[in-house]
Amino acid sequence: MKVDHFPNLVGPWMRGSGPQSDIVISSRVRLARNVAEFPFIMRCNEMDRANIESTVSRRLRELPLARTCEYFNVATLKAVDRQYLVERQLISRELSENQGARGVLVDRDENFSVMINEEDHLRIQVMRSGLDFEDAFQQIEHLDNAIDEKICYAFHPQYGYLTACPTNVGTGMRVSVMLHLPALVLTKQIEKVFRSLQKINLAVRGLYGEGSQAMGDFYQISNQITLGRSEQQLIEQVGSVVPVIISYERKARQYLLQDSRDDLQRQVSKALRTLQKAGQISSEETMHLLSKVRLGINLSLISDLDIPTVNRLFVYTQPAHLQKLRGSEMDTTQRNKARAVYLHSQLEQPSGDAPQS
Amino acid sequence: MKCQRCDKQAAFHITDLTGESVSSVHLCPACAKDYLEPQQAKKVETSSLISMLSKQLKVGQTAEQLAALDKKVCPVCGISFFEFRKQGRLGCPHDYTFFHEELEPLIVNIHGVTEHKGKTPQHSSISGESQMQLIQLRRQMNEAVEQEDYEQASQIRDMIRKLENGEQP
Repeated sequence: MKVDHFPNLVGPWMRGSGPQSDIVISSRVRLARNVAEFPFIMRCNEMDRANIESTVSRRLRELPLARTCEYFNVATLKAVDRQYLVERQLISRELSENQGARGVLVDRDENFSVMINEEDHLRIQVMRSGLDFEDAFQQIEHLDNAIDEKICYAFHPQYGYLTACPTNVGTGMRVSVMLHLPALVLTKQIEKVFRSLQKINLAVRGLYGEGSQAMGDFYQISNQITLGRSEQQLIEQVGSVVPVIISYERKARQYLLQDSRDDLQRQVSKALRTLQKAGQISSEETMHLLSKVRLGINLSLISDLDIPTVNRLFVYTQPAHLQKLRGSEMDTTQRNKARAVYLHSQLEQPSGDAPQS
Repeated sequence: MKCQRCDKQAAFHITDLTGESVSSVHLCPACAKDYLEPQQAKKVETSSLISMLSKQLKVGQTAEQLAALDKKVCPVCGISFFEFRKQGRLGCPHDYTFFHEELEPLIVNIHGVTEHKGKTPQHSSISGESQMQLIQLRRQMNEAVEQEDYEQASQIRDMIRKLENGEQP
């Protein structure tokens, strides 16, 4: 299978369905694992890395669960194909940009992937749309146990699963949610929320971020501590804080509606108009404007557009997806024009003008 | 003035006004770039780990003790403590045992505790002893190849194969 031949338009994590999906984009669980009989990546030479890649990928492909999967040898993929997988969140930026032998086993329905030779020998991850940790956790348990039968994991009776970086040791588990928090950004409360999350050992980072501000008001919240708590406790730790943030975001949205509805309506309509009419547009600006439009849909300020469409646009206006749509490689200027044409074709409707414009 | 994150000469003197209080940092060009471009969260995490480690080491240790510690080398993978301290990444599973004393306070700093709670692997096809031996032999084989001693390298390779199949070489 070619990289761009996934049966679904977008991966499950961007489908815009599942519990609380107006705010929670996706839930994800990942495990860091190492093969006991090899040095960690830092001390591997090219031969070791190639040896790990071939051994691990062969054993993974022997598993029954691999029947619904595709294996990509990342080292031989073109840059645009690697970027395509990054944009679909099937591989990390680090795996894409690393050197040497590396690969990824991807579920064709994009519910999970297993990276080989990232920071650790194995990074297993499961993604779900909306707030759905229990299902994600069940699947990752199943995956981990199946791989455990084929691969001898590096494990220490006191420290647990051993990882290249001591920040991941223990369970090796990172539980994260991607949230869309435009109202907390607009009301300038986001920093306060972050500081309180950091105090309870949760990490916050922007998504797709190229600058310090999160692109498109997407934020990822995850556990910082991986040792001394069971997998179930980590799920509960992140899972228990999400409803609180959701309630803050909802309050901020209601506040905006009551306090400055006209202004918000103007911003949302202007964002949609700009996306419809631009002659050329950068991916940063697109994310920024789509975020406003997404908020507008959730608050019924825009009526003839739905969340799955906007979610799809977030992914397909990214550089590699855009180039795959066009079927050719493009530089930044060409992409900015192609992006505008694409947005126009997806958003422009004769009756589609936003109200009160 | 030396860079606060590594030992190079500091060239950037940055006053940070974004936090709750004003702070200044002195960094070499490479570290300043990392500091000013925090887009790669990974990098920031690594550098905070490194600075956490360097702060912790300065407590109650003389410069001589630190220098001696830096030279400590894991017999299995060959990583020195200095290399770990600079990169924030360990070289092999055995480092957790070999550098136990130095790592424990760091792990407490990060996680608050030192005992794993949670699942354990159900299958362990290779003994702990053989795992260490395999990593060591792979390193020796690489060294033999580098020195173009192919006879030695192929002997080591046979030993690796035996160990992988659960036999004693």
